[in-house]
Amino acid sequence: MSVKQHTAATGNGHGHGNQDHGHHELPFWRKYIFSVDHKVIGIQYAVTALVFLFFGFSLMMMMRWQLAYPGQPLPLIGNLLGETAMPGGVMAPEFYNQLGAMHGTIMVFMGVVPLAVGGFGNFVVPLQIGAPDMAFPRLNMASYWVFLPGCIAMVASFFLPGGAAQSGWTSYPPLADIAPTGQTMWLFAMVLIITSSLLGSINFIVTIVQMRAKGLSFWRLPFFVHAQLVTAFLLLLAFPPLEAASVMQIMDRVAGTSFFLPTGLVVSGEPLKVAGGGNPLLWQHLFWFLAHPEVYVLILPAMGIVAEVIANNTRKPLWGYRLLVYSVVSLGFMSFVVWAHHMFMTGMGTTMSTFFQITTMIISIPSVVILTCFIMSLYGGNIRFTTPMLFATAFLPMFAIGGLTGLPLGLTASDIYLHDTFYVIGHFHYVVAPGTLFALFAGVYYWYPKATGRQLNEKLGKVHFWLSFVAINFVFMPMFFQGMAGLSRRLYDPTVYAHGRGVQALNVLISWGAWGLGLAQLFFIVNFFLSLKKGARVAENPWNATTLEWAAPSPPGHGNFITEPVVYREPYEYSVPGKSNDYSPQFRAEG
Amino acid sequence: MDAAQHEDVSKHMGQYYVVFVALLCLTAVTVGVSYLHLARPAAIAVALVIATVKAGLVAAVFMHLISERKVIYAVLIITAVFFAVLLLLPNLTTFEHHSGLPGT
Amino acid sequence: MSETVIPYMVKPHPVTGIPNGKFGIWLFLASEVMLFGALFSSYVLIRTGMPHWPPEGGLSSEVLNVPLATLNTAVLITSSITMVLAWASCKMGNLPRFRLWMGATIALAFVFLVVKYFEYSHKFHLGHTPAHDNFYAVYFTMTGLHGLHIVGGIIVNGYLLGPGTKLWAKDPEHFTNRVENAGLYWHFVDLVWIFLFPSLYLL
Repeated sequence: MSVKQHTAATGNGHGHGNQDHGHHELPFWRKYIFSVDHKVIGIQYAVTALVFLFFGFSLMMMMRWQLAYPGQPLPLIGNLLGETAMPGGVMAPEFYNQLGAMHGTIMVFMGVVPLAVGGFGNFVVPLQIGAPDMAFPRLNMASYWVFLPGCIAMVASFFLPGGAAQSGWTSYPPLADIAPTGQTMWLFAMVLIITSSLLGSINFIVTIVQMRAKGLSFWRLPFFVHAQLVTAFLLLLAFPPLEAASVMQIMDRVAGTSFFLPTGLVVSGEPLKVAGGGNPLLWQHLFWFLAHPEVYVLILPAMGIVAEVIANNTRKPLWGYRLLVYSVVSLGFMSFVVWAHHMFMTGMGTTMSTFFQITTMIISIPSVVILTCFIMSLYGGNIRFTTPMLFATAFLPMFAIGGLTGLPLGLTASDIYLHDTFYVIGHFHYVVAPGTLFALFAGVYYWYPKATGRQLNEKLGKVHFWLSFVAINFVFMPMFFQGMAGLSRRLYDPTVYAHGRGVQALNVLISWGAWGLGLAQLFFIVNFFLSLKKGARVAENPWNATTLEWAAPSPPGHGNFITEPVVYREPYEYSVPGKSNDYSPQFRAEG
Repeated sequence: MDAAQHEDVSKHMGQYYVVFVALLCLTAVTVGVSYLHLARPAAIAVALVIATVKAGLVAAVFMHLISERKVIYAVLIITAVFFAVLLLLPNLTTFEHHSGLPGT
Repeated sequence: MSETVIPYMVKPHPVTGIPNGKFGIWLFLASEVMLFGALFSSYVLIRTGMPHWPPEGGLSSEVLNVPLATLNTAVLITSSITMVLAWASCKMGNLPRFRLWMGATIALAFVFLVVKYFEYSHKFHLGHTPAHDNFYAVYFTMTGLHGLHIVGGIIVNGYLLGPGTKLWAKDPEHFTNRVENAGLYWHFVDLVWIFLFPSLYLL
């Protein structure tokens, strides 16, 4: 594919010292490994993320054995993991804690965000705005190649003496300060991953603002792009405090400082030989300053994907487009001022807790507006229940459950009882698992044809959906009841408590649901690889969609578009009265 | 085009030198004031005001912020708001905890 | 195949009025504000949580070396003006002048680090390591991270002074933009020190 020069003066001064001139192909390692092409980088991120999603889920599938059958040897795998982790095939408590901490860390930082932002963001955004690539292609490449070593370091930490990080994905001191070496590796890996994220977010913001095609004003951008823009700002401004905190925890662990260690701390009966004077809550403030916006990083791109898939499959414009944009911006802003609702139990005074309760209640409003707009978008539509649409539609009630169950957690009166119980786990998993992850699956089924030139198999897709949908509810719904019964999270053996024994039957149900959910993913994995070779071939616009990415070939070549795209209309002109077609693409002059 | 740029920059050179001297003077002032051993609140206020003036000069003149575009101002204002939140809220929360109010 | 042409790499965007690189560096600086902001916030939180500061008694200005730090402040301020002069030389088409002023900027950066080396080694000599108490933990972490940013600046500026100058021959405007962006970063590093110096040494 040839690349047309952009009409505006560009003054291309790329140092092209060692670049091939003329029509030479790039060598394999520059085309597929150290590529600067956003599509290749997007796929690198996406594939890496999918691998880690499955790996992180496998860690949980192991934990679920211990929870369902405490103290029983794990069949088959139990004897393969060594005597330290699984003595006699039975999970050691320390190993359970490692699995827990690493499950959370891997799913959030190496699974969902890299897929939602690194994968979909990188691949789709430049195409949707009609750009030839991201603003800083080499920075983009650097971003991935800082991310991957971070991931490798994270996984490698399992092999350190004492094992991987085991103080929760939240790494609270003082425990995390004195934990085995794996925790230092966690901190180091986080610094790499955070740096990668910062570089990426700069790229996204500059690209979206500066490199839109002619005619593509802000109010004509697909909602997916708005969502990614807000997400990029969240990553840019919220991550640095965690980076600072990680540096301080590294200092505590390696240089013997006491940033987070209070005076007089006693460990195993012995006073800790440190200067003291630190504050463990300082870590919590800095961690949650990031981690709360982080959960909006998890949900916003997913909302963006749902918007695209719903509009396309209802053959109707999105309901309340401007409302959606205002909501997503206010959601982003509010996400910076709610973080201490994770800290209600730390002895906070009533003034500050009132402040954070109010902001937390306020932040639920834009979420509800967004969900309402999506639901209204379905009304009166000519709905096609393709596989992406199944996932996108299921997102709606699942996200609703996740959001609603958050409300009692945001109010201190009820949070006193529910904090650190399985109720919390149920709440946030509903938002992230049948919420975000379903939306991400929708995205894969929707954009796979664009990336590969082939369709994923619909039958396998539908089986994947239905099995996953049923299983996932068996996994997370019972957790609300366990939490309300008082069952704590991060508990190696629930049956030590009477109230745990009371809900132990649910643990068995949940575990079998989880293993079923794992098996259901095989349909996706098989489909993914099989369709690469055997999937039905597609042209540029197999879904009859309206946004710019569907003007490019499937898959797009270097530079993306054959002729420079121009935008003529709003992004969701479906079923416009008087037109012969039920869709008018943004990029076609005459609808 | 180049001649205009040439002239443009050379006009501003004077400004840069003035700011340079001002920064050195303000540094001397801030160190001098510290020898007065003012009461804690006053000392903090004076030091931060002087630092803010110095920072303002660097940002406005050396970093050309005074003639920068709206989009940059927008980014910086948003950042300033969250910077203030980051500085204030953890400390207010901790302060209320430490003050020993009932229920804390 | 030829490399993809990225619009507005050198010429400013018609609406925002800035090229991509300048926008990018300001965004990066915004994230740096949050990074150092977190450290300043932590400093306040830790310090207000302790009955005495420094914990061992006395004043910060007695424990730390104010004259050396004042010298370093002057060094950084001077390096800021030399950085501006380096950029201005590019704007005025004078490459040899650029080399002079950029060289001066880098040299001054090294002076800063050398002074810091003397400060640090004196402290270690007295047993005042980061582990000694939180005063030193804060001091070393904040000035250390700042120092790492100085090193980063030296590397970027060194590249522009060295191999990076090749771009001047091909596209002087692009090169000038890069110098300006590097300058923005460098001024920011100076800016952080402007707050760090009184906060740690004088208060």
